[in-house]
Amino acid sequence: MRTGVIAKKVGMTRIFGADGVSTPVTVLSLDGCQVVGVRTAEKDGYTALQLGAGVVKPKNVTKPLKGFFAKQEVEPKRILKEFRVANDAIVPVGSVLQADHFAVGQFIDVTGVTIGKGFAGVMKRWNFGGLRASHGVSVSHRSHGSTGQRQDPGKVFKGKKMAGHMGQAQVTTLNLKLAAADVARGLLLVAGAVPGSDGSYVFVRDAIKKPAFKDLPYPASVVSEKAVEQEAVVAAVEETVVETPVVDEEGVVADVSVETPVKE
Amino acid sequence: MNIIETLEHEQMQTLANKKIADFTSGDTVKVNVKIKEGERERIQAFEGVCIARKSRGLGSSFTVRKVSYGEGVERVFALYSPLVESVELVRKGHVRRAKLYYLRDRSGKSARIRERKTGAGFRGNKKVAVAS
Repeated sequence: MRTGVIAKKVGMTRIFGADGVSTPVTVLSLDGCQVVGVRTAEKDGYTALQLGAGVVKPKNVTKPLKGFFAKQEVEPKRILKEFRVANDAIVPVGSVLQADHFAVGQFIDVTGVTIGKGFAGVMKRWNFGGLRASHGVSVSHRSHGSTGQRQDPGKVFKGKKMAGHMGQAQVTTLNLKLAAADVARGLLLVAGAVPGSDGSYVFVRDAIKKPAFKDLPYPASVVSEKAVEQEAVVAAVEETVVETPVVDEEGVVADVSVETPVKE
Repeated sequence: MNIIETLEHEQMQTLANKKIADFTSGDTVKVNVKIKEGERERIQAFEGVCIARKSRGLGSSFTVRKVSYGEGVERVFALYSPLVESVELVRKGHVRRAKLYYLRDRSGKSARIRERKTGAGFRGNKKVAVAS
């Protein structure tokens, strides 16, 4: 079993296919999803990857967590989550997961915390029909009506659908199709809706109720943390080169190596 | 720009290189729609009065109404849909509303729209109130 990823729900938009079909998609950002720890069968009794994502202010990291991150030599992460993996699917600590971890067209499951609805009545919570609008009904148009029988059984059965707290519960939406992936920006575009509000974190894994997709990167599509940093440096260099109107005598912008700004 | 806006902007760039006339509600337009018949693809025109325009970036759409064999027909087109090959402006209309849903209840003489004969930005002789 491969690891899943932590992603941040960005929002929804649409994609037009060449055939004119519009697909509603939810944009998920990987948000620097990184392996921060490994659980092994020898030490912990089970195999899993600890993943972290998002940036967090140092003042908001507790002392024990600071110690943990320092020991693992990774940046403090906003959210942590363990994913159970097969013994041969372990990825070293520090690896940064990429958007091509999932293949376009494959099915995925997305877990998130739904938007809270507060104390909701039965019509909203359980789709009851409510009472009539007229014919003597007063005040209780949206009530549930009867909750049981007569003296026998003389009680309300357990599990009776009634008004109460709705939403803000963990929900997994199964078998969503991955419509597109953007590796450079670390984005997953999932066809359809995903539980949770914009800006909330969700967990994405391979669909468990569908046969495994062929040609998936195994154990995972990752790059090391150093590679990410280097890429950022290169990008920064390219940006500064573009900004300065001075034409390089060598003429080729792409040839500017990483070392040149360091010398300057 | 945030991520969603960037993604939508990119898609709009790729889809915007087609001829879309500058039209508004009240105008008579000819929408050339791509239709796939088996393997063959052809273009079918849908001509009528634009009764509504919705501007929501990539989600922009417009509604065209025509009367076909005595029956009112309305079609909603996504402005950035690849199926909309082009939009031609046939006639500028003079209307005082952005949404012309009242046309649905009218027929014949009362469903006509006056032609706008002055500049493209003409909105009547009313002075525009200046917000102080």
